Amino acid sequence: MNKHETDDWLYTISPRKGVLNLNFKEIWAYRDLLLLFVKRDVITLYKQTILGPLWYFIQPLFTSVIFTLVFNNIAEIKTGDGVPPFLFNLAGISAWNYFSACLNGTSDTFKKNQGIFGKVYFPRVIMPMSTVVSNLIQFGIQFLVFICFYLYFVFFTDAALQTTINSTVLLLPVLVCIMALLGLGFGMIISSMTTKYRDLSFLVTFGVQLLMYGSAVMYPLSLIETKVIEGTIPEWVGHLISYNPMTTVIELFRHMMLNVGDFSVGKLIYAAFVSIAVFLLGLIVFNKTERQFIDTV
Amino acid sequence: MRDIILKAENISKQYRLGLIGTGTISHDLNRWWYRVRGKEDPYLKIGETNDRSRKGDSDYVWALKDINFEVKRGEVLGIIGKNGAGKSTLLKILSKVTSPTTGEIKTKGRIASLLEVGTGFHGEMTGRENIFLNGAILGMTKKEIASKIDEIIAFSGCERYIDTPVKRYSSGMTVRLAFAVAAFLEPEILVIDEVLAVGDAEFQKKAIGKMQDISQGEGRTVLFVSHNMAAVKSLCTRAIVLEHGKTVFEGGVDAAVDFYISEANTIGKKEVVFDKTHRRSGGHENFELIKIVAIKDKTTIRGELKFDLYFNVKEDYAQNICITGSICGIDDTRIGSFFSSSVKVKRGENIIELNINNHNLSVGVYYLNIALSSGRIEDSNLEMLDHAYQAIAFEIFQLESDGDYISKWNKGWGNLFFPSEIIIKR
Repeated sequence: MNKHETDDWLYTISPRKGVLNLNFKEIWAYRDLLLLFVKRDVITLYKQTILGPLWYFIQPLFTSVIFTLVFNNIAEIKTGDGVPPFLFNLAGISAWNYFSACLNGTSDTFKKNQGIFGKVYFPRVIMPMSTVVSNLIQFGIQFLVFICFYLYFVFFTDAALQTTINSTVLLLPVLVCIMALLGLGFGMIISSMTTKYRDLSFLVTFGVQLLMYGSAVMYPLSLIETKVIEGTIPEWVGHLISYNPMTTVIELFRHMMLNVGDFSVGKLIYAAFVSIAVFLLGLIVFNKTERQFIDTV
Repeated sequence: MRDIILKAENISKQYRLGLIGTGTISHDLNRWWYRVRGKEDPYLKIGETNDRSRKGDSDYVWALKDINFEVKRGEVLGIIGKNGAGKSTLLKILSKVTSPTTGEIKTKGRIASLLEVGTGFHGEMTGRENIFLNGAILGMTKKEIASKIDEIIAFSGCERYIDTPVKRYSSGMTVRLAFAVAAFLEPEILVIDEVLAVGDAEFQKKAIGKMQDISQGEGRTVLFVSHNMAAVKSLCTRAIVLEHGKTVFEGGVDAAVDFYISEANTIGKKEVVFDKTHRRSGGHENFELIKIVAIKDKTTIRGELKFDLYFNVKEDYAQNICITGSICGIDDTRIGSFFSSSVKVKRGENIIELNINNHNLSVGVYYLNIALSSGRIEDSNLEMLDHAYQAIAFEIFQLESDGDYISKWNKGWGNLFFPSEIIIKR
């Protein structure tokens, strides 16, 4: 009788659980909540703005124009034959924006949701996950803008004669997943670390900006490689840029859409591997933090 | 025999006082260094009981210390205690918002909490959308909510506004909606903290009724935290009393409430010095009630209540002031009020003697609420300068010498004794 009773407990609330106690079953049970958070984000995003979703294409367009002026017209960076610099930049920025939106959106999860986290329990990881999913909508809109300009350049100008969509475009969903996992993983690590020591949150905004310059957004990776051979850029910087998983992602994205840069399955696997590793590490750190953060935040 | 659905074993929770951020790195490093060497966390040993009013030596306190209790299926357990006794910490641990420092809680059912209503409500979304979101936050699936949405809307009484953004709701309506969602949750264990403080009388009645249904009709277990002794008494079957993070009483609800009133509060105290806990809002800056002293410590049904009231006046004040107040039962029901004549006050400390004669209160424990007001009651333009809520508790005894009174007053007879006489006319 006694034994039967102790076996019956549904669950136990105790001080410490194992580091690897990732309850995927529980996350799955709360999938409806994830979708409802996404719905909330979508419904409430454009409340009380005049331009609404227009903001999603104003930002990448203006950034691309500026980048084209500064990097291509003034600094004369070559984007490859038959690829209009504007389109080149727009592709890089669209992809980069999704990653940075995921990272920025998730990096203050604990701080932003302090109120709700202090009152009810649900798997905390639902929050950053929902951010990543709702950011897909932003990415979708920006991608659509890119496609529009793409069609314009291909059909109405001579600038994009060699620009063809590569068959590797079928791997686009994989690429989006990699970006999401990377952004989510880093975001979770940062948000966990900022609960106790707030210093890191100051670093995020400008760190993401700096990272963009190291991720081949406005220049092709091949340029860095030639510069390293020429000796104008130290070798370690070259390594830093080429082993940056986001460089790989952006290069692959441009390869799929514009057929510039080179594509290798090895690189894709490398990026996928790094993103999964970062995501798992983020999940572990996040999981460890979520049980104590309400006392330290 | 009903089985035990929830069991708390040696639950303790330690908090660090002071500013988080100063010295945390050094403590973290120290902790890590102890762990590397395989020793026990050095900061777990220190810490003292959580007495808010006394200054301690350590930076660490135990908000809860070795709490043990069991809850049976279908039972409504009340958790009562003064501010800072550890009630909310306990509920937070139960609802998994924070984890205990030591000990564990075992449960046989899902726990859903209602620590503060409207969690996750978003002002821009409509009532209907918020029902779905809030329900999901509390652990329901979309399908479950969809099957109950009509009932939830009907219970909340907000049909007309259900497709209006919640930011247009009155606070009462928001609470109604939030409570409605939670009431239709189907966890085996529901944790509720002070929700009934808001909402009008009709809704409070409805809410209490619903909670009784939940526990009795549907056999679900409720843990209920409240300062409203009337609500605790009408809802709970059993209660635990917390004081300074420890369980000081566990038992039937009537006994627990009596214990709480007499132990944790001021009954039998001859003198009560007022502090923040006696005030519900800020008063006039120049007036401050300091303390109340009971002149007679034993009062009988026929006796009189006599108190000395001390208060400070910081500036010359030309107007008259008066003392008003009411007498409440231990379950917060108001029994009656009094209004003094108005008098002049002088600058500095004033002492006023307050006499309440012919009160006719029956045997039992009562509270006195006191207010210091300016103006005259006759002009009905009183302005409250300061107040003390539950200023002092007193007990009415029965004396043997009160020959014409009933020898043992039954609580069911109410709180007032009416002197009466009969005259035989024929």
